[in-house]
Amino acid sequence: MRKYLLKRVFYMILTLFLVATITFFLMKLMPGTPYSNQQKMTAQQIQIMNEQYGLNKPMWVQYLIYLGGMLHGDLGVSFQFSNQPVSYLIASRIGASAQLGIQAMIFGVVLGIIIGSVAAVNRNTWVDTLCTVLSIIGKSVPNFVLAVLLQFYIALKLGWFPIADWGGFSYTVLPTIALGVGPLAETARFIRTGMVDVLNSDYIELAKAKGLTRYGIVWHHALRNSLIPLVTLIGPYTVTLMTGSMVIENIFSIPGIGEQFVKSILTNDYPTIMGVTMLFSAGLVAVILITDVIYGIIDPRIRLSGSGD
Amino acid sequence: MAERILDVKNLKIDFHTYAGEVKAIRDVSFHLDKGETLAIVGESGSGKSVTTKSLMGLLANNAEVTGGSIMFHDQDILKKSEKEMQNIRGKDIAMIFQDPMTSLDPTMRIGQQIAEPLIKHKHVDKKKAWAQALELMKLVGITDAEERIKNYPHQFSGGQRQRIVIAIALVCYPEILIADEPTTALDVTIQAQILELMKELQEKIETSIIFITHDLGVVAGMADRVAVMYAGQIVEYGTVDEIFFNPQHPYTWGLLNSMPTLSSTKLEAIPGTPPDLLDPPKGDPFVARNPYAMKIDAEQRPPFFKVSETHYAATWLLHPDAPKVTPPDEIIRRRQTFKDIMAHRAI
Repeated sequence: MRKYLLKRVFYMILTLFLVATITFFLMKLMPGTPYSNQQKMTAQQIQIMNEQYGLNKPMWVQYLIYLGGMLHGDLGVSFQFSNQPVSYLIASRIGASAQLGIQAMIFGVVLGIIIGSVAAVNRNTWVDTLCTVLSIIGKSVPNFVLAVLLQFYIALKLGWFPIADWGGFSYTVLPTIALGVGPLAETARFIRTGMVDVLNSDYIELAKAKGLTRYGIVWHHALRNSLIPLVTLIGPYTVTLMTGSMVIENIFSIPGIGEQFVKSILTNDYPTIMGVTMLFSAGLVAVILITDVIYGIIDPRIRLSGSGD
Repeated sequence: MAERILDVKNLKIDFHTYAGEVKAIRDVSFHLDKGETLAIVGESGSGKSVTTKSLMGLLANNAEVTGGSIMFHDQDILKKSEKEMQNIRGKDIAMIFQDPMTSLDPTMRIGQQIAEPLIKHKHVDKKKAWAQALELMKLVGITDAEERIKNYPHQFSGGQRQRIVIAIALVCYPEILIADEPTTALDVTIQAQILELMKELQEKIETSIIFITHDLGVVAGMADRVAVMYAGQIVEYGTVDEIFFNPQHPYTWGLLNSMPTLSSTKLEAIPGTPPDLLDPPKGDPFVARNPYAMKIDAEQRPPFFKVSETHYAATWLLHPDAPKVTPPDEIIRRRQTFKDIMAHRAI
């Protein structure tokens, strides 16, 4: 087990190194400079600025400097956001994004599992059709459309929740729903398909022959077996949501990281682009490892053997 | 006379399909006494499995019972609600399935899988149920049961898994055990072990067994009585000796003729295929494949003719007016053996 984990961690680091390298050079290929009012600046001013930020050095030197800094946990200083260190910028903004992402994920997955199970148990009835139609709508309607509709009807007309901004829990409800509907629809579809398969299997027939109730069969036998394919889906989804949905954060004026990421790309804020990309990649790589571990917990057939020690 | 615990009378089951009504079970009657083993023999699609599923109340959604009764002691199973059936399944009537590789939940410890019926029906707590599950595992011959009770199905071989499936079925000491081709998916040496185990457990637990199979070789060692099914009907039934050594229905002849014996040099197959049950023949369903068929076979369904107190066959050949036919050599040889057996018993 330990050997396996060490190997996995080594590959994770290798992956991150490759991501950093590719992103760095691709980013440098983007047109433009980090200076927003370049036309008004003299050549000398630009040169001074370049020297200050180390942009006058050859690209491979810049690359090595960046990698060196990253090894020490130094992600550089943002060009745009008041010259704050990127690590500080991320730290101050990741909280809102992460909270929203986790809430949306829990909302979507839990409700999706329930809806998908109900559809599967009542397959080929009107309940199933209703659930399928709802999940198609949920998957097809872009979340920003839903966000605006929620703002208009729930916040403005009914006044149940604040329209936008970031305060207490009540501020998170509408963006959570808007973000969570996608994973909800996807989960419902996945669980429905998986569970229909499982419900046709021999061990469900045996469970019926034991005299278990329909509810007992779904809860004790069908659900766990249908969850296996879902795990693959949930991991990457969670990272995407946690590292911020730029559109939703913009619509609800949430001080999250997605909003910042967009701005940094538009303004060639190299250290911020790199920082957020590395955060996203690290999250993804970690989640893939966690997914594999969760697989083992849900499905004993692929449980990691302890004999590898 | 032994206590009669199950009496199926004139059972009729239809399946609604897109092609039309499939008349899968057409007027089937049989009974089961306490402690005996009844084998139901027939080829694929003859209605063996459908019959047993109706005993469990586990028919598919598109199946409909259109007539008859299934009396379990003095209650009609067909009149029970789903809720009431849940209390019978696994407790009074239990079932062993065909394929042990797929009939266990891959994500649940086998201890829990064996304990489940106890928790459901006997309302014992988990600890006690696991203790009884352990007893059952020892009873069905799983070695190192104390350790293996925590294992998952994939850690067991096919034969061991079938032992576990048997343990699940027997954990509540059911009155009736339905075994639906329990050895078909196993290799021959394991088959023999499982059959031996079932016989042994039947005595210990005093259960009656309905044994579904298409393998007559398995029947000989297991059953007390045999019912031969064809195209949704029982065509002949009797004690195991009567069916094996004094068969009367041409279909039973065909089955026995296609079974290898020590003396057989060549195996005969039954020509043709079973009739389409969307539009079942009105006479004897075997008429199209029957080399001994008479005109009346195509027109009128034969009633059961009595051969002995325990032996009945539905073939017009037994009618007093029917011409005498010579059955296949193999059957003649078997009848000679039957005479010897009878003579031996008389002494």
